Amino acid sequence: MKKDIILAGVGGQGILSIAATIGLAAVDMGLHLKQAEVHGMSQRGGDVQSNLRISDKEIASDLIPKGKADIIISVEPMESLRYLPMLSPEGWLITNTTPYINIPNYPPMEKVMEEIEKLPHQVALDADKIAKDLGSGRSANMVILGAASPFLDIPVENLEKAITKLFTPKGEEVVDVNIKCFRAGREVSENNS
Amino acid sequence: MNRLLLLGDEAIAQAGIDAGISGVYAYPGTPSTEITEYILASKEAREKNIIASWTTNEKTAMEAALGMSYAGKRAMVCMKHVGLNVAADPFINSAITGANGGLIVLAADDPSMHSSQNEQDSRFYGKFAMIPMLEPSNQQEAYDMVIYGFDLSEKFKIPVLLRITTRLAHSRAGVVLNGKREQNKVGLPENYRRFILLPAIARRQYKQLLEQQAAYEDEALKSSFNQYIDGPDKSKGIITCGLGLNYLYENYPDRNVPFPVLKIGQYPVPTEMVRKLYNECESILVLEDGYPFLEEMLRGLLNHGKQINGRMDGTVPRDGELNPNIVAVALGMKDEWGNPIPEIVAPRPPSLCKGCPHIFSYNALNEAIAEFGKGRVFADIGCYALGALQPYDAISSCVDMGASITMAKGAADAGLVPAVAVIGDSTFTHSGMTGLLDAVIDNSPITVLVLDNATTAMTGGQPSSASGKIEDVCLALGVEKEHIHVINPIPKNHEENMNIMKKELLYKGVSVIIPRRECIVTATKRLKEKRKVK
Ligand SMILES: Cc1ncc(C[n+]2csc(CCOP(=O)(O)OP(=O)(O)O)c2C)c(N)n1
Ligand code: SF4
Repeated sequence: MKKDIILAGVGGQGILSIAATIGLAAVDMGLHLKQAEVHGMSQRGGDVQSNLRISDKEIASDLIPKGKADIIISVEPMESLRYLPMLSPEGWLITNTTPYINIPNYPPMEKVMEEIEKLPHQVALDADKIAKDLGSGRSANMVILGAASPFLDIPVENLEKAITKLFTPKGEEVVDVNIKCFRAGREVSENNS
Repeated sequence: MNRLLLLGDEAIAQAGIDAGISGVYAYPGTPSTEITEYILASKEAREKNIIASWTTNEKTAMEAALGMSYAGKRAMVCMKHVGLNVAADPFINSAITGANGGLIVLAADDPSMHSSQNEQDSRFYGKFAMIPMLEPSNQQEAYDMVIYGFDLSEKFKIPVLLRITTRLAHSRAGVVLNGKREQNKVGLPENYRRFILLPAIARRQYKQLLEQQAAYEDEALKSSFNQYIDGPDKSKGIITCGLGLNYLYENYPDRNVPFPVLKIGQYPVPTEMVRKLYNECESILVLEDGYPFLEEMLRGLLNHGKQINGRMDGTVPRDGELNPNIVAVALGMKDEWGNPIPEIVAPRPPSLCKGCPHIFSYNALNEAIAEFGKGRVFADIGCYALGALQPYDAISSCVDMGASITMAKGAADAGLVPAVAVIGDSTFTHSGMTGLLDAVIDNSPITVLVLDNATTAMTGGQPSSASGKIEDVCLALGVEKEHIHVINPIPKNHEENMNIMKKELLYKGVSVIIPRRECIVTATKRLKEKRKVK
């Protein structure tokens, strides 16, 4: 088993908690993991990405080779496109459709969606809206994780266990809403593909 | 077995704790910051009374670590690569004095300049100082090398340089911890006079350092961090340093590299191992992250020997960090990328946070200086360097920490009046104060803005040495009281702040304006924590 995952978004959007959840589940299953993160300057509203690699064999490189990523998981639609050179021809792109506009030259949304829809394997969903409807606008990243979950080769129970563990310090309510968001995202993918 | 998922930086920090350090001294700098932050947050470190201290700059950190080593205890000093420029004086001289308690100097290089102004390779400093050097290829080695490095340092009574790069520092992997050592007791060096670098003693010490070189190399030859991994195809021999090995392995399923590989993790470069590879193979490929350090040595000036491929002949790009694709190309393999980035994708550079106090300082400054035209604002390193970007376009230089004040002075001395310096509170204490004294002594006509946001923001919000006391420092350095102003950079005060700046721009001496308001990010964090406590 090997999954090479690109996580993408804008600084402060919480891609690292997606990484932490997958990481926790993977380590619990005894898998190897390497995760290259971005720290420092690029966090201030700039584009951020993280290379997350999990495998049942030892992993050599901290960086995923270009053209070899199995999944791009993005919490921002334009950002999902920035990493297309990384994606393998069989790879999946899972992205939020709510844009994060902090630059004057953000492209028209129809153009962004057009590019996303050109891809043979993609799931695009309005994670912000789904999360808001479930009562927690801040959990859009768990909706996205849910949408990505069928492609991760990690049993859904293990992922939910990881979410529970990660959010338990914040209280039961936070755990519940995040699990709900995760399940809602997963449902979108299951109905889509 | 205690296996933890750690960043390279965290592995080094935990290893320091496990190796029995008594102190870590550091000035923050990406990608080294998380080492000291980990130790500061570690309960274990607190229970062991390990000193973890953010110092004023890298030089003071290096000297404090040397002092702790002098007193017999193990010390670690951490910095980003350019920090070693600041600490270079004590660093080079610590090779002459030698160490007493184990001393590891950690330099974190930033090839590809993810968050730095250059990509200098610290291995040249190790060679320059002529001390042993370690370079891990993964997080586990980073951990192991700290433990081993302290042994090496105490065996030879010499500081050891540990060189890492951003990719390792900021990547997480499983690390197995390995035992706990007690801290050393306080104890003077057997001969403390070796720390008195008067010429007569320094000459003797230097000769000793020269004599030790063979022993350091011998140690590298025996080290398990240097490995000769044989392969059947001798048409090419490959030398890897640091992460180069991982990118090589990535290109062969099950790590079956057909060529002989020499993996280097400990320096000085063991000549014997290199000779063996050179003799057995028809050509050599060098894969190193950073400058062509080893490659240059291998080629020599005349490059008369076998074919050597690497950064210097373009087989590997001359700049930037390595990655699996670059290595694939260097091996003559196919390199297939996914789809190109669609043209509509716009760059998204980092920017000042919404509501950041620096924004309002720049808005006022831009208006105050408009009548004199652009090109007169010498800025410095920190969040406020983002004032270079639109819509501010407020600065004309950002070179190295402290350079704002001194460059403004030089420019003003040359006749560029008014000249303005913009410097953050942490950068001011790091290396702005001495320059300000120069300006005061010469009564140079400069206006200095010390942006006091009560923190070292750029690197994640570490405390800042003189925050809240900047005006006292300036006064003590001789700036006249009526030319020191503390202002509040908020939109409401725009006119007032702008007028103060305008007035001081016309003053033919040193004036200091201190816009004081807390960084939004640290303020939010602080309020959140306060709420949690309640
Ligand atoms: C010699 C050196 N050491 C460390 C750094 C890393 N560094 C860059 S900016 C910065 C902090 C600047 O803090 P401050 O001047 O207070 O400005 P702020 O970011 O808070 O606006 C540091 C430590 C560096 N670039 N050079
Ligand atoms: S981190 Fe603080 S100082 Fe830096 S841009 Fe944001 S608000 Fe400004």
